[in-house]
Amino acid sequence: MKNDSTNVRVLSCALIAVALLAGCGGKKAPIPPPPGPIGGNNNNASGGSSNLKPVVASFTAEPSSVERGQSAVLRWSVSSATDVAIDHGIGTVQNTGTSRLTPTDTITYTLTANGSGGTTTATATITVTGPPPPPPPTDNRINRGTGTLDRRVQDDLHDVLFDYDSNNIRDDARNVLIADAEAIRRIFADFPTASINVEGHCDERGSAEYNLGLGDRRATSVRDYLVQLGVPADKLKTISYGKERPTCTESDESCWQRNRRAHFSTGQ
Amino acid sequence: MTRKTVFIAILFVIVLCSVAVNGQQGRITDKIIGTGGKPAIAAPNFRASGGAQPFMDAFNSTLYSDLENSGLFDMKPKSVYPLNNPQQPSDLRPEDNHMGYALPDWGGAPVNASHLVFGYAAAANGAFALYGNVYDTRQRIESAQLFSQRYAGSLDQAGAIRVAHEFANDIIQKFGGAATLVGSRIYFVSNRGSKPGDSEIWAMDWDGGNAKQLTHLNNMALYPGVSPDGSRVAFTSWSKGTPRIMMVNTETGRLLPFYNQEASLNAFANFTPDGKQIYYSSTAAGLAQIFQADLNGQDFKRVSRRNAIDVEPKVNPKNPNIIYFVSGPGAQQIYSMTAEGLDVQRVTNGEGEASNPSWSPDGQFIAFSWTRGYAKGDWNVFVMDVTTHEYSQLTHSEGRNENPVWAPDGRHIVFASTRGQRGQNYQIYTMLADGTHVTRLTQQGNNRYPVWGTK
Repeated sequence: MKNDSTNVRVLSCALIAVALLAGCGGKKAPIPPPPGPIGGNNNNASGGSSNLKPVVASFTAEPSSVERGQSAVLRWSVSSATDVAIDHGIGTVQNTGTSRLTPTDTITYTLTANGSGGTTTATATITVTGPPPPPPPTDNRINRGTGTLDRRVQDDLHDVLFDYDSNNIRDDARNVLIADAEAIRRIFADFPTASINVEGHCDERGSAEYNLGLGDRRATSVRDYLVQLGVPADKLKTISYGKERPTCTESDESCWQRNRRAHFSTGQ
Repeated sequence: MTRKTVFIAILFVIVLCSVAVNGQQGRITDKIIGTGGKPAIAAPNFRASGGAQPFMDAFNSTLYSDLENSGLFDMKPKSVYPLNNPQQPSDLRPEDNHMGYALPDWGGAPVNASHLVFGYAAAANGAFALYGNVYDTRQRIESAQLFSQRYAGSLDQAGAIRVAHEFANDIIQKFGGAATLVGSRIYFVSNRGSKPGDSEIWAMDWDGGNAKQLTHLNNMALYPGVSPDGSRVAFTSWSKGTPRIMMVNTETGRLLPFYNQEASLNAFANFTPDGKQIYYSSTAAGLAQIFQADLNGQDFKRVSRRNAIDVEPKVNPKNPNIIYFVSGPGAQQIYSMTAEGLDVQRVTNGEGEASNPSWSPDGQFIAFSWTRGYAKGDWNVFVMDVTTHEYSQLTHSEGRNENPVWAPDGRHIVFASTRGQRGQNYQIYTMLADGTHVTRLTQQGNNRYPVWGTK
């Protein structure tokens, strides 16, 4: 229903425009014929008039803007034409028709309609856009800025992962820590009296006792790194849990890696 | 050509070494347990009349398993015993009539016992009274008595078991068994009745009976160490946030004052043989290092000075100047040092990961956990002669086997194992220090980190 009324409106506008143009430009302008049925074949209507210029009732792209990879439909309706062609490889077409297209870039199609009274052209443009960029991940986290302190510490601060029997800050952990430092600054801005625990954890394989010492090193490495990034040292407390508080209990590398971590929790 | 020769030479050395190690493995546990010439014991079932009768199954099985698990005896199977047995010395007959009333009936084939354990029980004055005897089957009746003793316990199953333990213990001591296990207690960590993630220090008898919760901190308590006299247990608690050492009186369950120096971690307290000091790990100086303090945590001083994570200090019971501990760098291994932190040497050979050293009471051996021959995390219990560094593997990957600790008798080891457990639960087991006579002591919950106290 909505599309029909839109088409009627587009058609009327086009007719008025054509009528005005014809009124201004042509000396021998004849009285235009009554419009044919919408979307119908106008050959009969134009057949009687031997020297009429073709009328492009409509030439549209729907939708006129697509994301790359999506398709759009060209739709046209021409009357009083002997032949109709569209460029960019579409070629000769019927007076009324549609064509589904998937252009890779923004493109403007030109429709050329020839009749006994002359040639009429119209254009339709399909604008091709890239997909919208995702929001930057760090912004997504630190801009959240809502919720309780516990919620914020839990949601906004990401675990820092380690290699086996190591407390070295890995390259992938540096980016995590930069984001964590920023998130911690925002949390402290919203909760000025808060403090945060840096928990050191280990996977299940090393002995519990050695892992307690190792977990302490991991927590300390992370705290030192955050302090370098400007987080106040007196608001970060390190606690080792060794392998006593695993986040998962499967005996495989994916779980071991998740457990070799520094984790953040709300301090007292 | 040269390379090939070198290769063959190396191969030869490796083969020689492995032959040496394998050849010696048997000898280490023999040194601990002893072998050959074991007394051969026949212990026919004791009977009772009246009120003591319902508890005789418990008594007989306890007596037999105590004697068997001591590892001291060649226990003769009950299936080859004569139909009868003496119940009191006056039942003994001098003639060998194959009826079971003569000592030669037990000393000859098919029993071939060197000693006969016999007696009976009765309800006497509301108590479980036991009359026990041990006779040498190769002697004449007049000189065959090794000892005869009367015992009394409560007239119930617990009383019968208690009496069986006491009788077995007396027999073991008569045959030169070292210090008694009767009365010794095992302290351990259990989550029974605790919130998820929490655990408390518990105590139980050496045979798994009489389990009792010692601490009630409603937090995570781990890594107990028991004082030589069994009066205190030091452990590591998270009840104040970071891991800290706490001390509890084993009789009253009361917490004793202990000063924790400023550090993110103070843990693994281990008592010196004289019971007057503790060694422990602290991060007071950065990395976890070994420290020493008095029983109140005061007067502390740093002992190890290394660029590695140092944990689990264990003082040799006969030489307080020998401290074993666990450390890197690299894969964790057992190291030794002096009480001043000097002369650091690696004890284990660098293979796999090694941890949990525990001294035998005579200071000649350690039991420890090792992943040698297995993947990381697949711990097994080993023993090592600390003089020769010969070692012997006692468990063989039946689950993870960790935290072995020597019993006061120098013949048994308690440890935690995941064998037969679904998920991550550990249970506590004892075994003879040659890996035999494995006995499960705990059933319920997750039970770990056992230590064996004299009481």
